[in-house]
Amino acid sequence: MDEELAKGLMERYVFLSSRDSVDCLSYFCPPENLVELASALRDREGFEMLVDLTALDWGQENSPRFTTLYHFYSLALKTYLRIACDCPSVDEPEVPSLAAVYPAADWHEREVFDMFGIIFAGHPNLKRILMWDEYPYHPLRKEFPLAGIETPLPAPDVAEVTKASVEPAPMMGGPFVSPAGGNVSEAEPRAKDESWTEEVEKTL
Amino acid sequence: MSTEEIAYDSKVEGEIIVTRADAVVNWIRQHSVWPMPMGLACCAIELMATAASKFDISRFGMEVMRFSPRQADCMIVAGTVTYKMAEVVRRIYDQMGDPKWVVAMGACASTGGMYRSYAVLQGVDNIVPVDVYVSGCPPRPEALLDAMIKLQDKIGREPSVRNLRNTQETVSVA
Repeated sequence: MDEELAKGLMERYVFLSSRDSVDCLSYFCPPENLVELASALRDREGFEMLVDLTALDWGQENSPRFTTLYHFYSLALKTYLRIACDCPSVDEPEVPSLAAVYPAADWHEREVFDMFGIIFAGHPNLKRILMWDEYPYHPLRKEFPLAGIETPLPAPDVAEVTKASVEPAPMMGGPFVSPAGGNVSEAEPRAKDESWTEEVEKTL
Repeated sequence: MSTEEIAYDSKVEGEIIVTRADAVVNWIRQHSVWPMPMGLACCAIELMATAASKFDISRFGMEVMRFSPRQADCMIVAGTVTYKMAEVVRRIYDQMGDPKWVVAMGACASTGGMYRSYAVLQGVDNIVPVDVYVSGCPPRPEALLDAMIKLQDKIGREPSVRNLRNTQETVSVA
């Protein structure tokens, strides 16, 4: 089934290029063809659902730095399809929005914008969904420290009365992270920093 | 002179009880705490259990949970306070009438808990004065009840009349 589908997709959508995957079918799609592909997947290929939309940050030294990921599901074929889309620009990553094709993309794209700072061109309401509107950073970017960066509280009057601000969180006692590499099931999660505060600064 | 003569004598004094003003005020306050359920995460589920029939917070005179801060005098912060929510918590606290108390329920409200994160306030005591902290993740209803009883004890020890006079003085100066 999947081989048949894969062959058909590659024939009908010549701009697709294959992508390594250990589970479902996976393709790279250039940003300029993304909306066209999504419409075709929905209307002609039977992928009714956009089940997930997220992004990857490969680190500042890499180009392309950001990749957006789309997981489609077909209720008829009972199969998943993953589409990856590399953002051409490293500094101002931008991909077209799928919110007009799949309404499910609306909030997911806002979350990716919030966390990664990727612009979704044509999105009807592209503003932050989790952090407050004035927050200056994109927390899931690689250069953002796990503990956070000091910023003012969202409400200036509350900040004035309480003298509180958004402060880097102490890393002792969690979050507990497994070391990168190796077998995850054998790697015991440990606190990222054993010191009380995050003393080693991340290199930008 | 025996102590019985200076004590209350119902035959002479009728229906009069002599006590201290603090004791009366505190007795009234501590037995009618109206909690404001600031339910922000899973601790709120335990808070609901505390109010439900099995644990029954009304045994201690605190069953009148009010979602309006104007009608409440004890904010129970039950759950993870994010920086985005911190503003709301502080505003609701400001809207509560005096006298008012705060209970930080669970690890997150007390210290940020397991959320050592850019998004979570590391303890609600950064923005509001906390009277009682409850450990646990989430705490059992019994633990919350124990905290509320401790809060009652604390209310019972307050110099309420002096506080009242100080407040009035501040008002008249202003």
